[in-house]
Amino acid sequence: MTIQFHKETFRGEYSFHNSERAIKRFPFPFDKDSYMYAVNMEQHRGGPADSVYEKRFDVDEHYVSEMEDRALVLADDPLRCQSLPHMTLAGWDLLELIMVSKSEDYPELFELHRDGDQWRWVNKPLGIDDTFTFMDETTLPYGPMEYITRQTQGDFCVLDQRDDNLWMDAGTVTTQADWSLDFDIGMNFFEWHAPVPLAHEKGIFVRALKFLLNIQQGAPARRLNWTMTVNPLLDTSPENYHKWGIQKTTLTPENIGSKQHLRVELQTFFRLPRSNALVFPIRCYLCSFDDLMTVPKWGRRLHRVIRDLPVELATYKGFIDNRPMMLDYLSKFDDGQPTSLGIWPDLETEPPLKVVRSS
Amino acid sequence: MSKFEFPPSIKSRPVWGTLEPRAGKHHLMIADAAGAEAILGIATPELMAGTHIIYIPRGADHADALRAQNPAQFYEGPTYAASVSRIRRVLQDASMGLQVYLTGTEGLMGQAMHEAMQAGIPHTAIQTEHRGSVARRMQCVHCKGITEDVETDPFVCSHCGLNLFVRDHYSRRLAAYQGVCIDAEDPGNVPEPKGIYE
Amino acid sequence: MSGAEKIAVRVTEVAPLNELVTRFRFEPVSGGLLPTFSGGAHTVVEMRDGDITRLNPYSLMSDPFDRSAYTISVRRDDEGRGGSKFMHTNVSVGDEMVISNPVNLFSLDLRATKHLMIAGGIGITPFLAQIKQLDRAHGNWELHYACRSEALGSYVDYLTTTHPNDVNIYYDDQSQAIDLDTLLDGQPLGTHIYVCGPKGMIDWVRAKAAEIGWPREAVHYEEFLAPQPGKPFEVKLAVSNKVIQVGEQESLLEAIERAGVDAPYLCRGGACGQCETDVVQAEGEIIHRDHWLEDSEKAGDAKIMPCVSRFEGKVLVLDR
Repeated sequence: MTIQFHKETFRGEYSFHNSERAIKRFPFPFDKDSYMYAVNMEQHRGGPADSVYEKRFDVDEHYVSEMEDRALVLADDPLRCQSLPHMTLAGWDLLELIMVSKSEDYPELFELHRDGDQWRWVNKPLGIDDTFTFMDETTLPYGPMEYITRQTQGDFCVLDQRDDNLWMDAGTVTTQADWSLDFDIGMNFFEWHAPVPLAHEKGIFVRALKFLLNIQQGAPARRLNWTMTVNPLLDTSPENYHKWGIQKTTLTPENIGSKQHLRVELQTFFRLPRSNALVFPIRCYLCSFDDLMTVPKWGRRLHRVIRDLPVELATYKGFIDNRPMMLDYLSKFDDGQPTSLGIWPDLETEPPLKVVRSS
Repeated sequence: MSKFEFPPSIKSRPVWGTLEPRAGKHHLMIADAAGAEAILGIATPELMAGTHIIYIPRGADHADALRAQNPAQFYEGPTYAASVSRIRRVLQDASMGLQVYLTGTEGLMGQAMHEAMQAGIPHTAIQTEHRGSVARRMQCVHCKGITEDVETDPFVCSHCGLNLFVRDHYSRRLAAYQGVCIDAEDPGNVPEPKGIYE
Repeated sequence: MSGAEKIAVRVTEVAPLNELVTRFRFEPVSGGLLPTFSGGAHTVVEMRDGDITRLNPYSLMSDPFDRSAYTISVRRDDEGRGGSKFMHTNVSVGDEMVISNPVNLFSLDLRATKHLMIAGGIGITPFLAQIKQLDRAHGNWELHYACRSEALGSYVDYLTTTHPNDVNIYYDDQSQAIDLDTLLDGQPLGTHIYVCGPKGMIDWVRAKAAEIGWPREAVHYEEFLAPQPGKPFEVKLAVSNKVIQVGEQESLLEAIERAGVDAPYLCRGGACGQCETDVVQAEGEIIHRDHWLEDSEKAGDAKIMPCVSRFEGKVLVLDR
C-alpha cells in the first residue's frame, strides 16, 4: 500500500491529523476494560496485515513530518541525543538493524546497497542518498545512532548490558512522555524507572528486567504503554514543560474531543549483535478522543479504563485534574454493552453505540 | 554528632552508607565540613599510612585533627571547585584496588563520586557516609543550570529564575537532583517554601 | 519454543589441533550469511546421537564480524556424558547440524580502559573472538594463558605470532605459573579482568582480586559446566501432569524436553538462569551444581536449575 505522507505540524497550529486508515490501525493499548501495570511482553514477529505490528519498524503517514519535528527539537536542544563514548559500536549495530529492516520491509521507500564496508543508503521519503564506510564515523554527517534515528520514527534508548542490569547509556529522545534523557543517561533500569508509582512494589520491574536481559538476537519483543496528551504535541519533554504544561488547562467540554489525545507507545526490544547492547525503540502514536470514538468498542472501553484507574496512575500520567471532564465526554460513548477481548477494533463484530442517556 | 535519617524514597535516590576501613594498598578520602568526623571515626595509623585526604572545611575546624592522623598526603582546599583538578590528578595515577571514601554533604559526595566513576571505579565500590548539611545540589531540568546548597522546596533556579520543586530523582552523572517548574500549569501559584524534609 | 533461534549449518572443516582438542567450522546450509556476534558469545550445538539429543554450549572463537562461518573448539572429555566424544568421533565434514543463534553471557565491558584476559586450557576460545573484536576497535588488551604443556597449547603459536607483545604463555609441565599478585598490582584504574578456565582458576582469580580491593564489577568470568552423569531419578512435572524418568547419562532438562514439555533455557551450563524452576515438593537431596542460585536459595531447595542439577531421594515435584 502506498503511503501518502502528510504535511503537518506537532506544534503551533497543530495540523497533525489521522486518516481513516491510521485510526483503524491505531494501537489501542487496552485489551480489556481495566488497566494495571503488567510486564505484558510478547514476541515482536509481525502481526495482522497493515497493523503497526506488521513490520519491524513501522513507517506511517506521519513519517516525514515527524522527522521534521525531530530536526527542530534537536536544533533547539542537541542534548536530546546523546551517546556515552562506549556506545558507538551499539550505534552502528542500530544503524545496520534499521537499514536492513527498512530496506527489506519497505523496498519501495528505502534501499541499502552493501559492497563490503562500502554502504549506500537511499531514503526516498526524506530525499537522502548517502554513501559511507560502515564503522567509520568520519564518513557520516552525525554519529551512527543520531544519523539513523533522525530518519526513524520513535524515540530510541540504547541500553548497555552489564552487571545483570541494563544501563541507559545512549539515546535519541524527542517524543517522550515527560522524561529527560539528559538527566537519565547513565542510569540503570531501576533508577530510570524510579519515578513510576506502584509498579516497583508489584515487582514489575524485577520481572521485566529478567525478561529483557534474556532477549536474544533474532528474537525481538514488544509491549504497549500509554498516557494522555493535550494537543498532538510529540515533544512533551520536562525540558519544555514550563512552556507546554499550560496547554493542559485549555481543555473545555467543547474542545476536549479534538484536543485530548490518547498517546500510545509501541515499545520494542532488539538485541544488538556486535555490542551485545539492547535497543529499546519507543514509538509514539497519537489519536484524538473524537477519532477514537469512531470505534464503538474503544469508546466503551476507554471510558471504563479511565473511570477505574487508580489515582496514583492518573496523577503520574498527568491527567488527574482533567479526568472529570474526560469522563463527562467519554461516558456518552459507553452504553454499557460488553466488549470483546483484545485490542483490535472489531468493527464488523462489535455492536454500534446505542443512544446513551445524557447525564 | 547524630546522623540524619533520610526518609525512604525512590530507587534513583542515592542511599549513603557508613564508612569502614577496607583492604587495599591505597586509600583516597574526600570530605567536606562535618565529613571529617567520619574519617576520624575509622582512622588508624595503618590505614592513614596509605591514605591521601582531601578536605574542604567549609567553615568547620577539623583540619588540624585530620592532619594529626598523619595521613600519607593531606590537602586542605577552600572549595570543591578549587580541589577538583587535584582529585583528577590523583585518580589519573591510581591503580585498581584504590579504595575511595567520600563523606560530608551530598553535593561533595556526588561530585567526587562522578570523578571516581569517570576514572573507572564502579559506583557500588565507592564508600560514602553523609554528614552535616542536608542541602541538595539541584539541576534545573529546563535551563540545565545547577543550584548548589538548596535547602527549601520550592526554590528559585539561580540561573533562569523559574520556581522549581525538588524531586528525589537523582543523576549520578550530574551529581544532582532534578528541579522541575512548579507553576507551569498555574503561573504565579507558588507555595510558600519550606525545608526539604519538613 | 525455548532457547535462542536455530540455524541449520554444514560442517566444512574438522581440524584436530592436538590429542584433546578439535576445531569445527560451520557454514549456513542456506548459503547465506550467519548473524554477527560479540566476542565472548557461545552457540548451543545440537547433537543427535541415536535417540538422545544433546545440546552443548561452545564459545564462538572466529572473528565476530566474519559472517561466512563460525568456528568452535571442542575438548574431548572422556568422563563426561559423551557430548564432546560425539563431536570428536561422529561429526565429519559435510554433516548437517543445528546450532543456536549466538548468545553472550561473557561480553566485554566496552567502558574498560584495559582488558586483562586470563585463560586456562580450552578456556582460551572466547578470548580468540574477543581479541579479534578488540583489535578492530584498537582496544587495549593483554592475555595471560596457562596450558598443560606445549603439546596441548591450543592456538599458542597463532597467538604468539600475531600478538607477540600482548600474549603471555605459561606451561604447567614447565612449572610456569601466572604470578597473580604481581599481575593484579598496579593495573590502571578502569582495567577489567576476564577469566575463563577451570573452576579452580576462576575461584583463584576472583578471590585474589577481591583480596586486594578490586571491585566485583571489574572481574568477569565464564565457566560452562557440562551436565554430569548421576544416578537415575524420577520427577513429577506438576503443570504438565507427567511423571518422567531421568537417565544416568541425561540431564534433568533433557529428560523434561524428551517428555515433550517445553522448558526455557539458554546456556545449558548453569550460568544464565533461564531454566530456573520452582520446586513444589522435594523429599530427598537436590544436588545443586549451577552458578546461578544463591547459596541461600540452594539451601532452601525451593528452586532448581535442571540443566546441570540432579536429585537423589524419594519424591521431586517441579512446577513445570
